[in-house]
Amino acid sequence: MADQPRTAPARPGTSAAAPGRIPTSLTQGTGSATTKGGIGESTLRPDGILKVTGEFAYSSDLWHEDMLWGYTLRSTVAHARILSIDTGEALATSGVYAVLTYDDLPTEVKNYGLEIRDTPVLAHGKVRHHGEPVALVAADHPETARRAAAKIRVEYEELPVVTDEASATAPDAILVHEGRDDHHSGHVPHPNVVHRQPIVRGDADAAAARADVVVRGDYVFGMQDQAFLGPESGLAVPAEDGGVDLYVATQWLHSDLRQIAPVLGLPESKVRMTLSGVGGAFGGREDLSMQIHGCLLALRTGKPVKIVYNRFESFFGHVHRHPARLRYEHGATRDGKLTHVRCRIVLDGGAYASASPAVVGNAASLSIGPYVVDDVDIEALALYTNNPPCGAMRGFGAVQACFAYEAQMDKVAAELDLDPVEFRQRNAMEQGTIMPTGQPVDSPAPVAELLRRVKAMPLPPEQQWRTTEGADVRALPGGLSNTTHGEGVVRGVGYAVGIKNVGFSEGFDDYSTARVRIEVINGEPVATVHTAMAEVGQGGVTVHAQIARSELGVTQVTIQPADTRVGSAGSTSASRQTYMTGGAVKNTCEAVREKVLDLGRRRFGTYHPAWATAELLLEGGRVVTDGGEALADIADVLGDESVDLELEFRHRPTQAFDLRTGQGNGHVQYSFAAHRAVVEVDTELGLVKVVELACAQDVGKALNPLSVVGQIQGGTTQGLGVAVMEEIVVDPKTAKVRNPSFTDYLIPTILDTPTIPVDVLELADEHAPYGLRGVGEAPTLSSTPAVLAAIRQATGLELNRTPVRPEHLTGA
Amino acid sequence: MEFLRPASWQEALAAKAEHPAAVPIAGGTDVMVEINFDHRRPAYLMDLNRVTELQEWEIGADTVRLGASVPYTKIMEHLRTELPGLALASHTVASPQIRNRGGVGGNLGTASPAGDAHPALLAGGGQVEAASVRGTRMIPLDDFYLGVKRNALEPDELIRAVHLRKASGPQQFSKVGTRNAMVIAVCAFGIALHPDTRTVRTGIGSAAPTPIRARTAEEFLTAALDEAGLWDSRGPVPPSVAGQFADLVAGAANPIDDVRGTASYRRHALGVMARRTLGWTWQEYRDAN
Repeated sequence: MADQPRTAPARPGTSAAAPGRIPTSLTQGTGSATTKGGIGESTLRPDGILKVTGEFAYSSDLWHEDMLWGYTLRSTVAHARILSIDTGEALATSGVYAVLTYDDLPTEVKNYGLEIRDTPVLAHGKVRHHGEPVALVAADHPETARRAAAKIRVEYEELPVVTDEASATAPDAILVHEGRDDHHSGHVPHPNVVHRQPIVRGDADAAAARADVVVRGDYVFGMQDQAFLGPESGLAVPAEDGGVDLYVATQWLHSDLRQIAPVLGLPESKVRMTLSGVGGAFGGREDLSMQIHGCLLALRTGKPVKIVYNRFESFFGHVHRHPARLRYEHGATRDGKLTHVRCRIVLDGGAYASASPAVVGNAASLSIGPYVVDDVDIEALALYTNNPPCGAMRGFGAVQACFAYEAQMDKVAAELDLDPVEFRQRNAMEQGTIMPTGQPVDSPAPVAELLRRVKAMPLPPEQQWRTTEGADVRALPGGLSNTTHGEGVVRGVGYAVGIKNVGFSEGFDDYSTARVRIEVINGEPVATVHTAMAEVGQGGVTVHAQIARSELGVTQVTIQPADTRVGSAGSTSASRQTYMTGGAVKNTCEAVREKVLDLGRRRFGTYHPAWATAELLLEGGRVVTDGGEALADIADVLGDESVDLELEFRHRPTQAFDLRTGQGNGHVQYSFAAHRAVVEVDTELGLVKVVELACAQDVGKALNPLSVVGQIQGGTTQGLGVAVMEEIVVDPKTAKVRNPSFTDYLIPTILDTPTIPVDVLELADEHAPYGLRGVGEAPTLSSTPAVLAAIRQATGLELNRTPVRPEHLTGA
Repeated sequence: MEFLRPASWQEALAAKAEHPAAVPIAGGTDVMVEINFDHRRPAYLMDLNRVTELQEWEIGADTVRLGASVPYTKIMEHLRTELPGLALASHTVASPQIRNRGGVGGNLGTASPAGDAHPALLAGGGQVEAASVRGTRMIPLDDFYLGVKRNALEPDELIRAVHLRKASGPQQFSKVGTRNAMVIAVCAFGIALHPDTRTVRTGIGSAAPTPIRARTAEEFLTAALDEAGLWDSRGPVPPSVAGQFADLVAGAANPIDDVRGTASYRRHALGVMARRTLGWTWQEYRDAN
């Protein structure tokens, strides 16, 4: 076996030469005698300054002596039979250690997938989308690997592509996956439909007959990319026991592990995973990228193998947000009450299932928005096509629906000549409302209040671009490109509100694990928190330290690097981590606290009656009564002993949705946000400046208010992106991606990002830890339709598609 | 790939003569992108950063001799008065980091129709100073762009500088992109009023295989201003004239549909930019009285 890491294997690249310190293993302290830095405070995240100053060690910075570089050869066509693969010339290249194809896979498990194992580790017989991995190369230099891969000759016989519902579900359509036998294949209307979820409640036909106005619309949502910082990368190090240590930027270590180990033919205990520096994820790291490939190359060559995608490859290295076509019908009575909603949501899942089934469940169950509608007829489905695979992205099915139902709400309000906010408030759901799935909403749902708050915020002054020296182009549509000095510029204001589920739904056994230890170091009690939670920028490591301080009364908290030596923390997605792994940390801390108190009672119980009679807390390093009387220092209670527990935490169980009616208590919790967008549109050139995006959101309890506002502003900006610029463009004839770069896939710059005033409401959910509500996704939902509504108001155009491009606004 | 590092201009010319395939690199904001994307693997790369005179400029009586490597930031800071159109165009180039590195020589060397400097260069007017061991020649900008990413340089020639006419009147530059900063042009337009010769010149970017002038539009406007005596009266340009000018600019373009925009939008946007920038420059001309 080649060089083993000389130091603790948990930290490759910790030498001074490589900036490889794993940022989650920081001791965070506040240096205060009382328990400061607990929940509710805006303690600073340990990775923030490092990221801003460029010192943060991303997974792409990992380094190991003697390591090789892996490279992935990807398909140049979207759909083809592979007639032959000739690796001879590549293998003969000096510096190349291995070239692997499907035929080299070591076990009978050759596919992986989040829910359906339909994704080949390397293409076999066929490629189903542009950029699919076909072969792997390991070489002593990344350029050597890339050049060797270019010498692999793959002979393709191109097949017709299916790219939309009409082509994919035609009776004679070519099947993307032949011989399906997954658990959805039995109930779908066509083998090119991954999953279909109807929801029927009440009697939509009868209700429609009562409607005074009926409004219909067809909507199109473009394919958005997560565009996270830090493209896919990782380092696989072969171990002496025949296993492998994998350091990788991911979203859910244990889900990766479950998919990796069988392909390698190793027990899970021999695939040791450690989270490496993650820039961001937004759902794009839920599926595997280089994990299995890196391990295969490392085990084959006996050397550490690093794989780093560049940005171009990253566009092919992860799934995207499902593009969607949505058809809606809303009815309402003259007094402004919704009668019924009918809708049909067609999501393009691309070539592999990824998270499509769950996205379908979300899109269907959240399809009518945060409104009271008793009579609904809903259908959502995801297609298999030869387009790029789509899966998880922030908002997960709820985003596409919100774009459409909020456009509909404005249309109905206009038909009724009602103020759009007033109309929404008349139909707003509240605690006790029954969802289309039959599930009652059993915690606060302040939808009308959020709308009221966002509307009550002062509007930004008109024409802020006017200065004494003329127009400040930075504040105008077009910005520095100097396209207008005010000509053609019209302001518009729009509103939207959305509903997102928190946590994994539909009967999934969703749990998180936390290990917490308390001991005395240098006379001071120190807590150590160990979870497998992927810190992807959400601020979980900060919140875990805050929770430990609040629950254990300590100042010093060490957060261990996330790895698979501890139980699963579930995915960093679905707005769930503060609720779930935060909840697990709280839960374990409470159990640890009880052990500490037991220890105290045994040691000091005889000295003070309160040990037996009072409610005891840990605060400021001491055991105190609920009356505030200090009984002992925690350090004295512990002495040389430590308390160390690992416990699992679950949210309330949920149910699957009935496959025909969609009925079932499928969700755990909901999250609500409302936006008001103020835009200025250059109506002649079709350019948009978003002036302000005000947001009001209920977060239940803000554990870290600064992070909460950061999440809301980030989600808001991501929603803005898909409103006015972000779209992966796929050629409908070839199914090839046309803009896989940041030159042509545009994301907002700071000049595109408006001021984002945030009003945070904290109405506790009694079922959740601290009453908190997941924060991360809801602001991504309503931001997009609010911007669209504002542009509609400014232009008078219908705009049924997002993102809006200049030619949509000019008609040219 | 061999990396040549000439210490002087003479060395650079000698190296280029010896290795005509050598790709010159200064700021690297264009060349490095091509190399990173593997669109280009030149056998030789010639670093011109040691040739410091390329980063200098001289302001003469009628022209500015702008060194090929003078970064856009310097143009914005120091040549606003002499080259206002180019200074405005420089503002729209990518990000501050790129503007600190990139210069006009790179735009000319690559000769992409999307280069931000071209419309301003064409509207302002000038010549490219091309040099080789054989000597120096001046290539009028109007003759410099030959085709998509093709220019009039001989294989052994390097761009030493551009000689640009000092502005004798207002100039403007305007570019459409789908975000408000750091964006490649969907299309761009430059206009320069030349009161000394009573002419108007234009430049169009990203809407034809090469950067082009809208000559018919220029001739129409020059004639219309002349006939109405507006250079002297400094009276307003009649809307019908501005409209006709805009239409002619749009008509001069030969754009395509691509991932950044449609051909018809490009034509439309050029017309709007032409009308607006004419308005801004003419107003400035009137106000200058």
